[in-house]
Amino acid sequence: MNNEELLAAILDCVEYGKVNKESPYPLAMKGRDGADELTRDALAKGVPPADILNEALIKAMDRVGQKFSEKKIFVPQMLVSAKAKNSALAHLKPYFSSGEVKRKGRFIIGTVSGDLHDIGKNLVSMIVEGAGWEVIDLGVDVSSRKFGESLIKYPDAVVGLSALLTTTMVNMKTITRELKNINPFVKVIIGGAPVSDAFRADAGADGYARDPQGAVVFLNSLTKQK
Amino acid sequence: MNTITSDIRQGRILVSDGAWGTFLHEKGLLPGECPELWNLNKPEEVFAIAKSYIDAGADMIETNSFGGNSFKLAFFGLAAKVYDINKAAAQISRDAAGPDIHVLGSIGPTGKMIIMGDVTNEELYDSFSKQAVALYEGGADALVIETMSDIEEAKAAIKACRENTKAEVICTMTFEKTGEKSFHTMMGITPAAMVSEAIAAGADIIGANCGNGIRNMIGIVEEIRSVDAKIPILIHANAGAPVYKDGKTVFPETPDEMAEYVNLLINAGANIIGGCCGTTPGHISKIAGIVRRNK
Repeated sequence: MNNEELLAAILDCVEYGKVNKESPYPLAMKGRDGADELTRDALAKGVPPADILNEALIKAMDRVGQKFSEKKIFVPQMLVSAKAKNSALAHLKPYFSSGEVKRKGRFIIGTVSGDLHDIGKNLVSMIVEGAGWEVIDLGVDVSSRKFGESLIKYPDAVVGLSALLTTTMVNMKTITRELKNINPFVKVIIGGAPVSDAFRADAGADGYARDPQGAVVFLNSLTKQK
Repeated sequence: MNTITSDIRQGRILVSDGAWGTFLHEKGLLPGECPELWNLNKPEEVFAIAKSYIDAGADMIETNSFGGNSFKLAFFGLAAKVYDINKAAAQISRDAAGPDIHVLGSIGPTGKMIIMGDVTNEELYDSFSKQAVALYEGGADALVIETMSDIEEAKAAIKACRENTKAEVICTMTFEKTGEKSFHTMMGITPAAMVSEAIAAGADIIGANCGNGIRNMIGIVEEIRSVDAKIPILIHANAGAPVYKDGKTVFPETPDEMAEYVNLLINAGANIIGGCCGTTPGHISKIAGIVRRNK
């Protein structure tokens, strides 16, 4: 395979969730190399790591996020794609550390205090990471203090707040206010089943996304403004 | 007391209860507080909820045990209390119900995903078994596995209930409208796909709960009926999708608005109708009024 073919093959593996040669899923790709082997081969052949990130991984996860948003695929398909993406990203880690490949920015995410639901938050993390961002996942039941400490550590980060319950989404309001106190320029995006754009306006947050792809669109719009 | 399924076989339409979670919050449950701990600490408040639905005309009430599995209770440091909390949940509802009203032991999802490697089928089965046994021993005559999105987790729960208790087993999943006439759970399961799998695992009654309001439930019931004419169907609908208004989140459908759809739901083939998030004794009272008028 030449470089273009390798990139196209990695893209396919991530889009359809082929992690490595052993992985049984998807059936149509059984026995073939997965994102893991192909990424290793591509780097060995001198394909620039930035091309693997931009031309294969980000493009594939963009398609995945798009299909999820259109309800053409569901959580399981998204999870296997994310797993395939992670197996490729593992090979790129040294290039991130050395600075040879740059991410678009940092994204701090967590489920707000009082709320233990992490599925939606995890899906957003996967898609945002797949879009080329470094994700700092603070977990569930995250207090404004914990969000604040993370923002102080990563002052240039965008912050994402997740909640599933109508009773906990109100905490997004206080957390947003605290974060804006720490850094008036911080951008905060919120999401979760009960959340709406009307609530976002009231909470003083900058963005609302109804699905993971919406979060990526918002984040990427910030990099364009810079 | 007849079983729920035998009543349905005789052609009866039954009324279930309404929301518990949103009701508990109205009674002062704080975000981040363990709702199921109220069974031990504030049983009189839990009893009052059960009683209010019986007074509204429900033929069956649930228990305050939706998050009573070992995984969720562990987060609150209550893993050792799984038995006590669930048994108390069933006892409180049974005290309110007396001998003639059914008590449905509520079993919600663990929040762990098999596909992520968070948990195995066996671990889920063990967790659900412990919860099911405690609910059954506390006096539940049926168990309702609800808000499921993953069919594997639902099946583990159904088998745990079927193999470890003599209770009737109900399984409802949460579907979202994904197209003109299509519905899927978050994990991509359709109502039609649920039917054969849930019945094969041992469910006596199947259906849907939560979601975005009672209107969508009609299409979901139609889809279930298109593949199975007989299986009893239970619907617990939200009072619409939550909307944020004037600093508060509200479930917008009033008892009268929900009641408009009850006959359509029965005509589509539903056998048991009740409410989920945002529904109140007022909603259940309206639903009961319509169901009884049809007799």
